[in-house]
Amino acid sequence: MYDTIVAIGTPLGESAIGIIRLSGEKAVALADKVFQPKSGRPFKDHPPRTMVYGHVVEGEEVIDEVLTLYMKGPATYTREDIVEINCHGGIVPINRILTLLLREGARMAEPGEFTKRAFLSGRLDLAQAEAVMDLISAKTPAGFKVAYDQLEGQLSKKVVGLRDRITQIMASIEVGIDYPEEDIVEMTYQEIKSVLEDIQAELDGMLKSAETGKVLREGLHTVIVGKPNVGKSSLMNALLRESRAIVTDIPGTTRDIIEEHLNIRGIPLKIVDTAGIRETEDIIEKIGVERTKAYFNRADLIILVLSGAEDLTLDEERMLELVRERNALVLINKTDLPQIIDEKRILEFVAEDRLIRISITREHGLDALEEKIVAMVYGADFKGQGENPLISNVRHIGAVHRALAHTREALSSTGQGMPYDFIEVDIKNIYEALGEISGDTIEDDVIAKIFSNFCLGK
Amino acid sequence: MIMTNNVYDVAVIGAGHAGVEAGLAAARLGAKTILFSINLDSVAMMPCNPSIGGTGKGHLVREIDALGGEMGLNTDRAMIQCKMLNLGKGPAVHSLRAQADKQLYHTEMKRVIEHTENLHLRQAEVTEILVEDGRVKGVKIATGNSFEAGAVILASGTYLGGKVFIGDAVFSSGPNGLAPADKLTQSLLDHGVSIRRFKTGTPARVNKRSLDFDKMIIQLGDDKIEPFSFLTPAINIEQEPCWLSYTNPRTHEIINDSIHLSAMFSGNIEGVGPRYCPSIEDKITRFSDKDRHQLFIEPEGRYTDEMYVQGMSTSLPEDVQVDFMRSIPGLERVEMMRPAYAIEYDCIDPTQLKLSLEFKDIAGLFSAGQSNGSSGYEEAAAQGLVAGVNAVQYLRQQEPLILDRSEAYIGVLIDDLVTKGTNEPYRMMTSRAEYRLVLRQDNADMRLTRKGYALGLAGQERMDLLLKKEQAIEEELRRIEAVRFKPQEINSFLEAGNSAIVNNSVTLKDLLKRPELNYDILSKIDVTRPALDQNVIKQCEVTVKYTGYITKQLAQINKFKGLENRRIPEEVDYQRIEGLRIEARQKLDSIKPLSIGQASRISGVSPADISVLMVYLEQRKRRVENV
Repeated sequence: MYDTIVAIGTPLGESAIGIIRLSGEKAVALADKVFQPKSGRPFKDHPPRTMVYGHVVEGEEVIDEVLTLYMKGPATYTREDIVEINCHGGIVPINRILTLLLREGARMAEPGEFTKRAFLSGRLDLAQAEAVMDLISAKTPAGFKVAYDQLEGQLSKKVVGLRDRITQIMASIEVGIDYPEEDIVEMTYQEIKSVLEDIQAELDGMLKSAETGKVLREGLHTVIVGKPNVGKSSLMNALLRESRAIVTDIPGTTRDIIEEHLNIRGIPLKIVDTAGIRETEDIIEKIGVERTKAYFNRADLIILVLSGAEDLTLDEERMLELVRERNALVLINKTDLPQIIDEKRILEFVAEDRLIRISITREHGLDALEEKIVAMVYGADFKGQGENPLISNVRHIGAVHRALAHTREALSSTGQGMPYDFIEVDIKNIYEALGEISGDTIEDDVIAKIFSNFCLGK
Repeated sequence: MIMTNNVYDVAVIGAGHAGVEAGLAAARLGAKTILFSINLDSVAMMPCNPSIGGTGKGHLVREIDALGGEMGLNTDRAMIQCKMLNLGKGPAVHSLRAQADKQLYHTEMKRVIEHTENLHLRQAEVTEILVEDGRVKGVKIATGNSFEAGAVILASGTYLGGKVFIGDAVFSSGPNGLAPADKLTQSLLDHGVSIRRFKTGTPARVNKRSLDFDKMIIQLGDDKIEPFSFLTPAINIEQEPCWLSYTNPRTHEIINDSIHLSAMFSGNIEGVGPRYCPSIEDKITRFSDKDRHQLFIEPEGRYTDEMYVQGMSTSLPEDVQVDFMRSIPGLERVEMMRPAYAIEYDCIDPTQLKLSLEFKDIAGLFSAGQSNGSSGYEEAAAQGLVAGVNAVQYLRQQEPLILDRSEAYIGVLIDDLVTKGTNEPYRMMTSRAEYRLVLRQDNADMRLTRKGYALGLAGQERMDLLLKKEQAIEEELRRIEAVRFKPQEINSFLEAGNSAIVNNSVTLKDLLKRPELNYDILSKIDVTRPALDQNVIKQCEVTVKYTGYITKQLAQINKFKGLENRRIPEEVDYQRIEGLRIEARQKLDSIKPLSIGQASRISGVSPADISVLMVYLEQRKRRVENV
């Protein structure tokens, strides 16, 4: 048995309820030491899966009025005994109860340790365990949904379906090989090809949605560029006002690299290095074309802000050239002033639908910008389509990429009329690559993966 | 009591296909070996089909041969027809199959045994295996005599507790009317061996003169016979044909009307039969939508009129057998010589064995062939050879011969039996081999002869032939890269052969890569080609044509080896690993896998269990390193 761990199950901050969770052999014994049920009977004598009302006490002092729930292993998340103490929200009661339990012998859980135990006990497969980690760290409701669906096994279901169809091809090929003299009808090249094409289309779809999925989970890496006084800061502030969830100064980041996290209609925007941008006068002059390019390359979305009341500068034209092939939106700001900018010139670089006319001071056109961002993330122009992104995890995306490459090879082998047993080499590779997602293929490096995600061992 | 002249290094129980390879291998490695058979007239007997090889099985025979076994050579001596199957498919699944003269096969093999130094063939029923302190000491026979042996190999086939079923007739018997071995099972049980009951069957034999071949389709052998053994230069024989006919709705009606009389349906048989080799009543019941099933009539030998009715194995009563056969075109007047029967026998659970085929709990006791739950002559012979070698390695305290799944079909066979176990008689199939693109029957010598030679089993002649072949391949591969054609020299040839013309000069190798071209077609323009052995041509063609796929397969093998090389320390206590499911703990504990790779193939051990095990081993390693 592992030792008994404890952690706070709700976010720290002002809230109505806080949950403290214990998992392990001594979960009940520990709870028993600090919790006095109103019934007068010790907590351990109450049946599992009932809420028990009472108080957490330290010596004579009542710390908080709580509801406590005992879930008996192995029918729990970690397959161990779990106790949840529901106390009042707020840092003080939560911290005091936690401290009390630590003093009684519980150990503070490491990040992700509950999930680690669920995985190690076989309660979750790797894909599910990863989904839980994603779920916890998802930044918006849409990102949460991707992770949740994955946990629910949507992805696994899809993968199992694909693997089933591959198995059918393999079975047909095998029977033909092992029973050459039986009168059995084998799949024709045409039939194999058609199944492979279906699989290819499905994998393609998964990958396209993957881009969206990744954005939803990790945030849309966005940079805002433009010459001084064109309205970048005002744009930032306007977007921040619109955004419901504002997170600044994320732990682990330092002051000189600022990440602003905005939530635009469910899409997390991660505006990086805005401090630098805001100060930058003439970006290309200052850091050079190559570095600007590299800077742009790191971005999922570039917002180039121009002033409608001025002519295009040479630097702005060079920037237009750089964003031509990228996910970029061009904002023509200051529509409230007389317009002298040459829009035709701009349209030589970007399509009309990437152009947004806006007046930030009048807060006019911000809706259009937000809609555009949403359309880009979910829409066809953002290297993907929006419907139900199934995968967002980097390891899964890699596996789907490999499966797709093997599918193409299998199709090419089929097209060349290679003997069936050769085609099967490619087909088996598809099968294995998909198995990596559901955890049915045992990978040698899975161990490295597990250790890096769940910080096991010492 | 043991008489002083009854002292041997190795004793082999049974002289079927497993026993003879085991006995020959042990004796050839220099061990003083005694080979027991209930009846010396049944040495290397083929009690079922009169053929050797076939898909997957042909590969096994080639591998046995490459290692220095006898089955390939003996088949070459006894064959009366030969055919390479699957020629329409890739070279990896081409499979050789020969029809053998059963009598000749037996006589030739018996003669080889009689002429082998250190090998003593002895008629006796072994009734007891002698074990002291967990080590095997010898065997005792029905007459009460005992023989001392440091290693004993169980190769008891279908003789242990053999019971034959024909309709409602049930009697104690070994195969083909031979005496069963009814005492040995108890001895195995006494030593803690777990025993299971399997079932198999064989169809009727009929008189050739009662058949009308005009109503059947003739099945001929190949024009040019490819021998099984790498040592056999060529085979020139007159071949005997086989014949094909089909059942029809009338046949099925007769069978259905009497199906309640079949021993297999009446519930008399407790043993588990093989799914891939169903009886005719099974086929009709399970595939009721099929209105016909094929059957092959195959000769039992050159000097007999007995014919084997392949595909019609059954445990129906004799009169029903005759009735349904007579409804088949060409068999209207059939005269049955031996009835079909089902046979039930005791075998061991092979998961009690190590990959060396030695019992985990009884040092020096090995088991091979049908007694391990396999079926088929070739599967038996392959295990026999490995058990024979490893009995000697055990006595000499040398590393056992263990082939892995990427090295040989033999490796797949033994790993499947020992690691996964089997719930029905196990048959080799190419689909069981994950890496069959490199496990071809044409390169078995290149894969295995060096190992056989290092053991002392494959002789100098084999080694010399291998080196010669490898050198010729190397030279030829160099040559085809050097021979170039200019467009004007080659384009008319390409055009005539519907192959794309070229603008720049090309090498012979470039041309060979094209699917529509091969050595044969290219011989017209390849005028400087030296005389080449067919085997060399085949290797070069495969190497050039399929190099991309072989590279992919080698990558798969590399991945496989990664897990195979993650060894699990012997002292790991699975019962104490947190997170392993109970079933996985029990399975791992009983199989005691050598590596993560082997562990992952145990049924009942899930990928999640493997992850847990890997995590445990990693933590254990870190702990050890930190100490």
